[in-house]
Amino acid sequence: MSETSVPGEPPRDTLFDLREMEVNLGPQHPATHGVLRLKVKLDGERIVDCYPIIGYLHRGTEKLFELHPFFQNVPHTDRMDYVAAATNNLAYVGAVEKLLGLTVPPRARYIRTILAELQRISSHLLWLATHAIDIGAMTPFFYTFREREEILDLFEDYCGARLTLNCMRPGGQPYDLPAGWVEKCAAFVDKFPAKVDEYEELLTENRIWKRRTVGIGVLEPEVAIDYGITGPMLRGSGVAFDLRKALPYEAYGEVEFDVPVGKNGDTYDRYLVRMEEMRQANRIVRQCLDKLPEGPLMAKRPRVVRGAADAEVYHGIEGPKGEIGFYIVGDGTTNPYRCHVRPPSFINLQVVPAMVQGALIADLIAVIGTTDIVLGEVDR
Amino acid sequence: MPAFLAAIRDAHPLLFDYALSPALKILVLLFAGILPAIAYLTLAERKILGYMQSRVGPNRVGPWGLLQPIADVAKLLVKEDVIPEQSVRWAFILAPCLVVGPALVIFAVIPIGPPAASPTGLNLFIADVNVALLYVIAVATIGVYGLILGGWASNSKFSLMGGLRSAAQMISYEVPQGLALVGPLILAGTLSLVGIVEAQRDAKVWYLFPQFIAFFIYVVSGVAESNRNPFDLPEAESELVAGFHTEYSGMRWALFFLGEYANMIVISAMATTLFLGGWLRPFPSVAWLHFLDFPFLPAGLVGVFWFVAKLTVFLFAYIWFRGTFPRYRFDQLMDLGWKWLIPLALLNLFFTGLVKLLVKG
Repeated sequence: MSETSVPGEPPRDTLFDLREMEVNLGPQHPATHGVLRLKVKLDGERIVDCYPIIGYLHRGTEKLFELHPFFQNVPHTDRMDYVAAATNNLAYVGAVEKLLGLTVPPRARYIRTILAELQRISSHLLWLATHAIDIGAMTPFFYTFREREEILDLFEDYCGARLTLNCMRPGGQPYDLPAGWVEKCAAFVDKFPAKVDEYEELLTENRIWKRRTVGIGVLEPEVAIDYGITGPMLRGSGVAFDLRKALPYEAYGEVEFDVPVGKNGDTYDRYLVRMEEMRQANRIVRQCLDKLPEGPLMAKRPRVVRGAADAEVYHGIEGPKGEIGFYIVGDGTTNPYRCHVRPPSFINLQVVPAMVQGALIADLIAVIGTTDIVLGEVDR
Repeated sequence: MPAFLAAIRDAHPLLFDYALSPALKILVLLFAGILPAIAYLTLAERKILGYMQSRVGPNRVGPWGLLQPIADVAKLLVKEDVIPEQSVRWAFILAPCLVVGPALVIFAVIPIGPPAASPTGLNLFIADVNVALLYVIAVATIGVYGLILGGWASNSKFSLMGGLRSAAQMISYEVPQGLALVGPLILAGTLSLVGIVEAQRDAKVWYLFPQFIAFFIYVVSGVAESNRNPFDLPEAESELVAGFHTEYSGMRWALFFLGEYANMIVISAMATTLFLGGWLRPFPSVAWLHFLDFPFLPAGLVGVFWFVAKLTVFLFAYIWFRGTFPRYRFDQLMDLGWKWLIPLALLNLFFTGLVKLLVKG
């Protein structure tokens, strides 16, 4: 190999090259879930240093928010966490509603809750698919995509889109549920728990799966809190913090569900937490379908809205990956003066180098998978 | 046998026995047996995995996707042949050949059917070597050089790591595999593969039953030897992109896969021969199962049928593993090999030897 003299390196005084190998994982790499680039220093297969480099998918979304009126910004949120558009929509419209003081009618709140929880299931299904395939189990990918398709069909029936939903508006919902939608959704909800059992059968007690995940990428609760980790990552470490319970929004105060927490904060516990979250999300959808109230879909709102000159709001919700929040500042015009996003993926990604210190390269892949990041949201 | 071949045999018996007959057999076995088998094994894998994963697999090229392997080969042959500038050219070219060659050469000693009943009949193997088992172990080991060489010659970090992984893995697993082969060897008392199958017939039992530990070890290390899931670390695509063959494309890349699938067949064929009685029908000693010998058919054909049937079970298991298991981590793989399989294989060897001594004693 031709790396005899590298400037800045100490001269070699041994026969063998003892320097650590530096490897770029990404931005084109099968396991980086998009365009994440990790600069990894390796001693054999052991990771000495890991440094994430981001920005390959930066599109200036936060700036774009300033260029459009409040109501026209919803589509931008679709493109951040593009596998969980409904929860992004929900966080943004919630923030705008707080800014403008709008009250959402009950039927719209229930529809939003249903959409958000279906989106949580579909996001977790995608996470499970990629996480499993990263660890080498190929089959769960196809099983989870089978169910995810059905959720996307439900979205398509509701709003015409499958991924970039644009399915919520500040003040309420743009459309009512189409005829037959409730029954179709109920049919999915009825059979979904059995499907989760099916995935668990393949993985939960699988010896290899356990050896690859138990004790890997341990995240202590204190560390998680220090880094500002939220969502299943935090709950996997045993901290029972869920915004749906802590600050109930939409219809979450009126339905029953449990918040699963892990014990050891390792990859396996985070896996179990997310599996249980799918079941709980399913339970929430079931209850919302049963309780779905009649009534208007949209709050009374002026045709042209202006954010008050000194208004500042922050509204965070429990997205599938953690707390997704919008901080909006008004300046008396129809556009936001500033819109900052609190993206769970970006913040959760920061802890990856700490989690893989001294681990093997295969563990790094497991840890990236368990972090469940979407680069569209990391870079915005 | 066609008349002109018989004429040659009568005229030049030496030439026929030592040159013409093996060459013909090799040609037939290679082009009518192994290469199509490998091609259709890839199709079978994609189909079976497809049905396991609630999809249909290839179904566009030909009925039921049956022409897919041909289309694949045609595509791979006409692809641009890329040799990276930074690579070590001769080693880069040599590596795939080193993987495929040994895998194919092993077939020479594997009996796919019984030896001829009469001296002038057709033996259903190319050569009955008296040190066949040693030959198989020796030749199989060469394959690992191809992987290391390919990984090193590519001059890419991912390839290098894949190559190193495969070196460590294959060398580690060759030890338990070799030790597992000694079990049947002790029982049969011969290194000839034909001899081992005949010994199983005379012992009236497949060596699977007295040697089930060796069988288990052989299958596990066989999966590891052929770099298949759950031991597919050298080419773990989520970690090392494609491992040792990251930089390969086109037909060179296909040669690595040809080698991998040929190895799967070799390992399955060896397991069939050593533990499942090769060409023998199930329970060869049970008289009322005689109808399984299909007495109305020629014995050679029936032998080949049973051999292929047993082989298929193994190949299906390989594919099944791939559909079921996640991948081991590198250090766990080494743990399994050195801490479990090798001691277990040694113990098995010890007890097999002890029993043999006492029985003969």
